[in-house]
Order: sequence, then structure tokens, then C-alpha cells
Amino acid sequence: MSREQILNAAVMLALVAFPLWAWAADEPFLITLTTKAAILALAGVGLNIALGLGGLVSLGHAAFFGIGGYAMGVLASHAQLYDPILESPFLIEGTKSMPIIWLVAITASGLAALAIGALSLRTSGVYFIMITLAFGQMLYFFAISWPAYGGEDGLSIYARNDFPGLNTLDPIQFYIIVLALLAAVLLLTSRLAKSPFGLALNAARQSPVRVETVGISPYRLRLIAFTISGMITGLAGALFADLNRFVSPTMLSWQTSGEIMVFVIIGGVARLFGPVVGAMLFILLEHLLGGLSDYWHVYLGVLLLLIVLFARGGVIGSLAGRGKAHD
Amino acid sequence: MSLILFAEQVLNGLQLGVMLFLMAAGLTLVFGVMGLINLAHGSLFMIGAFAAAAVAGATGSFLLALMAALAAAAAAGALVELVVIRRLYNRDHLDQVLATFALILIFSEGTRWVFGSFPLFLNIPDYLAGPVTLPGGIQYPFYRLTLILIGLAVALGLFLLISRTRLGIQIRAGENDREMIAALGINISGLYTIVFALGAALAGLAGALVGAIQSVQVGMGEPVLILAFVVIVIGGIGSIKGALIGSILVGLTDTLGGLLLPELFRQFMDSSAASSAGSALASMLIYILMAAVLIVRPTGLFGAKA
Amino acid sequence: MTLKSLAMAASMMAFGTAALGDTHDDAVRVGMITTLSGGGAGLGIDVRDGFMLAIAQSGLENIEVIIEDDQRRPDVAVRLSDEMIQSHDVDVMTGIIWSNLAMAVIPSAVAQDVIYLSPNAGPSQLAGRGCHPNYFNVAWQNDALHEAAGAYANSQGYTNSFILAPNYPAGQDALTGYKRMYEGGLAGELFTELGQTDYASEIAQIRASGADSVFFFLPGGMGIAFVKQFADSGVDIPLIGPAFSFDQGILQAVGADALGIVNTSQWNRDIDNPTNAAFVESFQGEYGRLPSLYASQGFDTANLLISALAVADPSDGDAFRAALAAADFDSTRGDFAFGPNQHPIQDIYVREVIQDGDVFTNRIIGVALEDHGDVYATECSF
Repeated sequence: MSREQILNAAVMLALVAFPLWAWAADEPFLITLTTKAAILALAGVGLNIALGLGGLVSLGHAAFFGIGGYAMGVLASHAQLYDPILESPFLIEGTKSMPIIWLVAITASGLAALAIGALSLRTSGVYFIMITLAFGQMLYFFAISWPAYGGEDGLSIYARNDFPGLNTLDPIQFYIIVLALLAAVLLLTSRLAKSPFGLALNAARQSPVRVETVGISPYRLRLIAFTISGMITGLAGALFADLNRFVSPTMLSWQTSGEIMVFVIIGGVARLFGPVVGAMLFILLEHLLGGLSDYWHVYLGVLLLLIVLFARGGVIGSLAGRGKAHD
Repeated sequence: MSLILFAEQVLNGLQLGVMLFLMAAGLTLVFGVMGLINLAHGSLFMIGAFAAAAVAGATGSFLLALMAALAAAAAAGALVELVVIRRLYNRDHLDQVLATFALILIFSEGTRWVFGSFPLFLNIPDYLAGPVTLPGGIQYPFYRLTLILIGLAVALGLFLLISRTRLGIQIRAGENDREMIAALGINISGLYTIVFALGAALAGLAGALVGAIQSVQVGMGEPVLILAFVVIVIGGIGSIKGALIGSILVGLTDTLGGLLLPELFRQFMDSSAASSAGSALASMLIYILMAAVLIVRPTGLFGAKA
Repeated sequence: MTLKSLAMAASMMAFGTAALGDTHDDAVRVGMITTLSGGGAGLGIDVRDGFMLAIAQSGLENIEVIIEDDQRRPDVAVRLSDEMIQSHDVDVMTGIIWSNLAMAVIPSAVAQDVIYLSPNAGPSQLAGRGCHPNYFNVAWQNDALHEAAGAYANSQGYTNSFILAPNYPAGQDALTGYKRMYEGGLAGELFTELGQTDYASEIAQIRASGADSVFFFLPGGMGIAFVKQFADSGVDIPLIGPAFSFDQGILQAVGADALGIVNTSQWNRDIDNPTNAAFVESFQGEYGRLPSLYASQGFDTANLLISALAVADPSDGDAFRAALAAADFDSTRGDFAFGPNQHPIQDIYVREVIQDGDVFTNRIIGVALEDHGDVYATECSF
């Protein structure tokens, strides 16, 4: 096993052992905190497909995170009020079932990623960064000013949604669901990276011309990667909304995009477990620094700056050596 | 709707446009010459406004306040360039985005640390206050008219700087071929610092000018920054001309959209719903404009072919 | 000194895990989640300072206040609230400034048997069908100050108001609140963008509309920008607004342009009662600035809590709720009582912005609504 694989195994072990310890020690809040880290990690894993594999610097992933969140909010709020979403031409009812909500969240965010990607990927480099940012802002403003689903106030759901056979209000049981999804997506991502598609995508990042000469369209590769990336981040959004029992336009704001990107960078771009380590570290810092000073963002900023300037490759890059790091 | 109202709104759109230009010009210059994307440009806007408010509060002079805004933003820009930004020129855009995102956090909370959490006071000087009557009976605030003139004057100055001066030649050369001008013995790192400070000064000036009619508070820069991004994407990154035309297009679209869309919706729904739906759509209008421009020209109106 | 050590204890509590899952001694634990950083931090700081002043003045040693910063972000507020309930075992929560954060936190907190005392936000959902026996609002229902503005407009004989607010739920509620009381016609109705700072376009439309008065709800920086630009435009018709754009914290940033503007509020520093006089003086002594509306609300919230603790212990839920509902404390506002939905019944005043030496402040010029409750109370049943 390489050092990176050992590190990954250690992280996975921590994700299982720490909440179990917290559960045994009757510290439900620590489980909630770990759940939050795992969900944000999932969002980061989604972004990492675009960012790490595809080399697509998207500053608009909050859009997909928020769409996932709103998919949950809209479905659950209709179910809560027994008020169908659509009556004609055919009946669509709300639901409190997690698997259906996930499916809707993934589909909706995937479609959005397809549309935004189709337009944004016509450009590249800085244009791409700015355009994804602008599309994210567009949805943010729309969510704020559209009163039907709470506008800026957001939507509150009084109880967590249901999963067959589990009590989702129990922190540890909800955590198990989240961890299982995270593990499944991580597995999927590692397969994806090694698949012909992943290899072609990686090649398109390094040299689009060569890929084109062998008859593959880099545009199409990137669009697929961007869409998958959006779908995973959308799933994370639905879970995040469920964790908080609340969704609001804040999930769509560009600071959210920035933070998801921060997880990926802190952990290590294009590393499978990069976003996981990054999200765990971010939550830890927020918890520790937030208690130290009202102005903790200054410290966070300095720390982030130091990582970008001096610890390239993030935490995993520093611990596991360069390996196949993003260059 | 009267013609006078429409004309007044066109002026408003123009005024928003030229202020956006002051922001966008710096961003686009920095990108054109150094290939750097700077998210912290909005912080320099904020620094300008805070410096102006502090100096106006201490001396009572608006002119001194503007000078202070220029100086403070330029100094902050030069400092940031020397300490952080110059390490980023050879990095990919991802690192640039992250590092400048970190700078936003530091600047925003740092400013709050120094100046506190309440907005600061900065007002229009008496000699610029109040409305004037324009031909056709339009009553328009004198200060806003002054902003339009200052913006256009700065735009003209920038064009002259770039087309007529030695610095301008270096800047244009830097945009075309960075290695070559270094090879010609030009102090490239000095040039970069100057360009960055120039862009920062323009942002600081915009912050001070706009701060006088808005409110000087932490976080005031980011909404403007995002509008400025839209502007330079529409105009074409690296092009000053594109930034000017993009700014005015965005200014007019935003202002006239906010006026006309609710009016349009009122034709077929009740007033309250129309103004809510109309303004929801109006807030998205500039992004729709941007998408439309990109479909036709992926590198913006005046961008170089990728 | 007491204040400092209390705050210190609070931050240690918040930070140190040593206190996690501690045995429940006889201290009452109060969790305060409020906005202490980022935009709008001024409001949270005032609520906190007002609250802590009252606690310090009470001399009670058995109240432990845990203070946390929500950064004005709903997700952070939810996390902090989970932490306070699950780890710190708080009895009472308070502090939230914004309606959207209140909607994220309060329904689930009160469902977990925590008493929530709102020092500011009063969204209509929580006053009507979503009311809860554990939820008490000590400030106002969101509509109250807007309704008062409508009543004031009637009293001035305005018949053609132009009304505007940001396009978000609180803004829509504001215009609805104004129209509920206002009897005249409308010259225009506009929704602006949230966070908008340039109102040239709106002012042009006001000028063209021939209105005889303008009602606006633009809290924080938006209001500062609007008032300055309106003054500069030369449009000469009266402005009316709720107190949020004219409170002590931001008035200095608006400056002379605000002079003479009429605004509605349930509190002002010149309300003539001994509690208020002592509050204003001691707040100024402790913090070196004039108290704001928000500071008075924080102060009243703490005093309500202290009055209830004197009668019952939070562990005895029914008795404690009854003690809170009695509202047996001296409010800085004078008369104060709770309605059936546990929202205030109180006078709403009309204030005018004046200059007092170097400082811009407000003085009361009349009463807009006496013993005013809210319309949602009828929808509430426990």
C-alpha cells in the first residue's frame, strides 16, 4: 500500500471509530458535528471530480448544493402540509422519503449542471471561473426574491425525513446513512478515475489537442464530468438540508462555493480523500477558532493563505508525498 | 411612463455603468498583464471607502478624502502584490482563486476589527449636493452627474495612458508577450506592482465615490465585484474598451430592467405580484445578458480569441 | 468586572469541552446565539450587551450565559443550537436577530423542550399557526412597527403613499403591515433587491409618481443608502419608516440627512420611566455609547427571565412558563404584557430624528398605536 492509501484507510477508520466513541460516551453533538463534516466532504468529493479530474475551476458549485437542498425542502414542506406540488395535468405529491428525495435532488442538480455546464464550458480558464460564479449568483438572487418557498427566510422542516427501517432523528443512525453514502460515492469516484472515461478526462485536462486528435471531444468529456460533479454535490445538499432540517438561499451563496473549494484545496486537489480530510479539518478549525475570537475569519484567512502558498498539494500532498498530485 | 422618467433612468444606468467601469478596469488590466484572477478586488473598493470616511471624518474635506482613498487603496494593493500576489503569477487559477479568497476573509474581518461593526459616515460635500435641472426639465442629482463625468474622464485618462505613455507601451507589451519584455530589460516585477496598485487605486476611488451616496460598511465590495466580473466577461477579459462597453451595457440593463419588467408584468397581474415577480426577474437579467453574449461570442465582445 | 468574568466564563464554556455533559448543578443555563461577526454584527452586539448588563445588575450568580456567534448564517445557527441543546443542556435560549435564522432554529428548539425568548425577530409564522408554549417574543411581532407607520400616515392625512421594501419575506410583510392600517391610496409599490445600495431608479419613480408620502422598510445599510440618496435628490415629501433604519447604531452613518424623519418604535431612550432612565445611564456608563433599540430589547429579555426565575425553576416547565407569561418585570418600555400567542402587547411610538450636540438620536413625538398586539394571535392555539 502507498502512503496515501494508508492515510486514506486511517481517515476512513476515524470516520467510523470517532462517532462510535462519541455515541458510547453519550456526546450526540460530536456525532452531529462529524455528520456535518461527512456531508460537506461529500460536496467536496463532487467538486473534486470537476476540479481535480477535469481541471474545471468551478466557483458556482453552491448552485448544485442549494438545488439539492431545495429539492429536499420543497418535497418535504409539501408533504408536511399535505399540499400537492402539482395537481394538473397530473398529480405530484410531496414526500418525506429520503431515497426519493435523493433521487429528485440528484436529477434536478444534474439537469442544472448540464445546462450551466453546456454554456460555461464553451469558455475556459478565467472565463469559466467567473461564469460559474455568475450563474451561482443568479440562482441565489432568484431564491431570495421568489416568495413561494420562503425567499430569504428559507424553509423549515419540523422533523427529519424518513429512511426505511431507521430512526433518522437519532444522530448515530442518521450518521450511518451519511457515511454509507459517502463511502459509496468515494468508491464510485475511485472507479471513475481509473475508467477509460476518467483517463480520457485526465488527458483532456493535460492536453485537449491530443485528445481531440484521437477523435474524442473534450467538450463532451468535460460536460459529463461537470454534470456528475453537480449531481454528487446536489446529493450532499439534500443531506445537508436534512441535517439542519432547514434550507435557505445561504446554501446557494458564493461564499458556500468558496468554502466547498476550500475543503478540496486544504485536503488536496485530485486526491480521493482530499475533500474528506479538508472538510474534517475545516469543521475542527471552525469549532476551535470560532471559540477563540469573534474575528476568527482573519486567522482562517491567514491559515488558508499559508496552505496555498507553502503547502501545495494540501494536507494529503504534504503527508503522502507528491505521487499523482495535480500539477 | 413619462419620457422624463425614462431619460432619468438612462442617466442612472450610465452612472452605475461608469462606477462599474472603475472596478472592472483594474480587474481586467491585472488579468490582461499578469494573467491573475483577483477575488480580493472588492476588498480594495472597501478599503477606499473606509479610508475616505476616516479622513473625511477627521478633516471634513471631501477632496482630501478622495486622495486618501486613492492612496490607501494603492498602498494596500502594492503591499498585497509584494507580499502575496507575486507568488501567484506562475500558479494555476485555482491557487489564485483560493489565495485571493483568503485575502477577502482577512481584509473584511480585519477592517471590522479596526473600524468596528457599525457603518461609517461619509457624505456628499455641500458644493455637490442637491439636484440640478437638465435640458428637458429633468431634475437630476448634481453628485451623480459628477460621478458620470469623473468616470468618463478616468476612462479617457486610461486610454491615453495606455496608448500614449511609456508605461502604456510596457503594459501592452506585457499583455502580448511577457517573456519578451523581461528580455528587453524592463523591470517586470516593478511593472506588475505598478499595474496592480493602479487597479487598486481605481477600485478605491470607486469605493469612496460610491460610499458617499451609499453606506460604508464591511462586505460592501463583494456585490460590486461580482457585477464587475459579469462586466469583464461580457466585454472580454483583458480589454479596457470591452470593460467600458460592458459596464455601460450592464448598468443600463440593470436599471432599465428594474423599471420596465415590473411595468410589463403589471399588464397582466395585480400590482403587488407584478412588482415582486418583475423585480425577481430583473435581478437575473444581467446574468441572462451574459449568457446570451457568451453563446454568440465565448470570449466576450472584445476578448482575444482563446 | 462582573460582566467581564461572566463573558469569560461564557466563552470558556463555549470552547472548553471540559464542561461537556457536566452534571446539572443548580445553575440555570442560557444559550445565546446571536450575530457577532460579519454584516449586521452591530445588532447582535447590542442585544448581547443589553442582556449581559441586566444579568450583571441582577447580581444573580446562578445564571450561566453561553454566548455564540451565528455569523448571520442559518446553518451555523442550527449547528450552534444543536450544540447548546445536545451538549450544554441549556434551559433557555435567546439572542437571534434575523427572521430567517429564527425560522431555522426556533421550531426545533422549542420542540426539544427548550424555552426560547426572542429578543428581536418576530416572524408571522411563529405568531400564528406555528406558535408554541415554549416560545416568547419580547420584542415585537414583525408587522407591528409597519402597522404603526400606516396608522401614523392616516393621522397625518396622507392619501397617496409610495411604498417600497426589499423583495424578501420580511419586506413583503412590511408592505402588508403598512397597508393593513393605512387607509389612503397607493402612488406606487416597489420591491427592491435585497442588499441593493443604489436607489436612483426608485427615487426617480417616486418623483414621477406624484406621491404625498413615502413609506420604506430598508434595514441596515440599505436604509442608509436610501435616505442619503433621497435627501440629495431634492424630492420633497415626507419619509416614514420603522425604527430599523434609524436606530442609534446606524443613525451616525446617515447623518444630517435623516433629521426630521419620522419613524415608529416600541422604545426610545426618552421614554419616561425609572427603569428606562437607569438603563440608559448604566448602559452608557458600562459601554461608552448610547443604547439602541436592540440593546433595550436584550435588557428587557434578561429582566423577563430574571423575573420568572424568582418565581419558578425551569425544571418545573408549567410553572416557569406561567411565570414568564405573567411578564412581571419593569420594562424599559413602560407597560408590557403578553398576548395569547406570547407576543407583546405594547404601545408603539412615533419618533423623530433630532440632533443632540454632536449625536444624532430620536425623540418621541406621539403614540401611533396603544396597547397594540398582532393579527396572528387569533390563529394561534396551544
